[in-house]
Amino acid sequence: MSTLASWIVLGATSALCFAIKLLGYYIPERWLAHPRLQRINALIPIALLSALVVAEGLVAKTHVMIDHRLAGLVVAAGLLFARAPFPVVVVGAAVVSAVVFHLH
Amino acid sequence: MRPGRRPLATLLIRLGNNKEVTTAPRETYRDALSVALTVGAYGVAFGAAGIAAGFSVLQTCLFSLLTFTGASQFAAVGVMAAGGGVASAVAAATVLSTRNTLYGLQMAPLVKAKGLKRIAAAHVTIDESTGVALAQTPRGVAAMRAGFWLTGIGVFLFWNIFTLVGAVGAKALGNPAAWGLDAAVPAAFLGLLWPRLTSGFLRIVAVVSMAFALMITPWLPAGLPIIASVLVAFVCGWRER
Repeated sequence: MSTLASWIVLGATSALCFAIKLLGYYIPERWLAHPRLQRINALIPIALLSALVVAEGLVAKTHVMIDHRLAGLVVAAGLLFARAPFPVVVVGAAVVSAVVFHLH
Repeated sequence: MRPGRRPLATLLIRLGNNKEVTTAPRETYRDALSVALTVGAYGVAFGAAGIAAGFSVLQTCLFSLLTFTGASQFAAVGVMAAGGGVASAVAAATVLSTRNTLYGLQMAPLVKAKGLKRIAAAHVTIDESTGVALAQTPRGVAAMRAGFWLTGIGVFLFWNIFTLVGAVGAKALGNPAAWGLDAAVPAAFLGLLWPRLTSGFLRIVAVVSMAFALMITPWLPAGLPIIASVLVAFVCGWRER
């Protein structure tokens, strides 16, 4: 990643995310009152976070790749199912993934 | 913690006009502090994710200071780590943060801030500050307002401290894969996703989104399948269930 690209991502993401927060303090509520908009908006985080899970855990560049990260993800899912707190989930996934990485 | 989807602004305006504004109870402070500490601690994961994605310690810390909305920060660095382009990274982060507009709509009549204070209120309008504020509803409007500010500022403080800790720590560790950091990032996304899957329908939406993103991965440039998954939200949310 070039330095310029990383600064653009940082600057643009920060500016746009702040503008989106500020928008809520300026627009009339009825603009976003449409039920369809509310339904879709509620599903966007779920769709995006799901895609990010697989894009980060099962993809390398533009192809699907099964490697040590999948072991970490399976452990994370198990820990979440067992209601483990977030830091335990993340560290658990990292430890198992690192172990599998070094076994190979 | 996530507030309900139902717009509560009308109720908040009614409460806000009430002259009997009580001081915030101790429980509000306890709620705000416990949320700020636990959520703030996740900052370690973001700090590490930023470094693993190739950002510098300074840039990673600036994300937490300036972007300050966790899932979007993870998305921006995550798309870059996956080899995606600048536009994909910014788009994923921005689209993921649109729920903050709805939070702002609900918080505006409560905090009734003007000028710089409104800028500050907007900046700390996130899942947690909105959630704690709405959870204080039975304790009155002063408690809600206190809950919003205490949680917003508290999370901001701890999130930034722990981001620095995570970034410096990850930088010292070296190769991200050797320490499992490349698996910690998708695990963090799964951890952010999990508490949102409160119904069978939402779990189906999640599984369909994952399958869809994997299916289109070979055909699109890196990063775009993440953005394309928004289509699943549109299709699944189009009609009332």
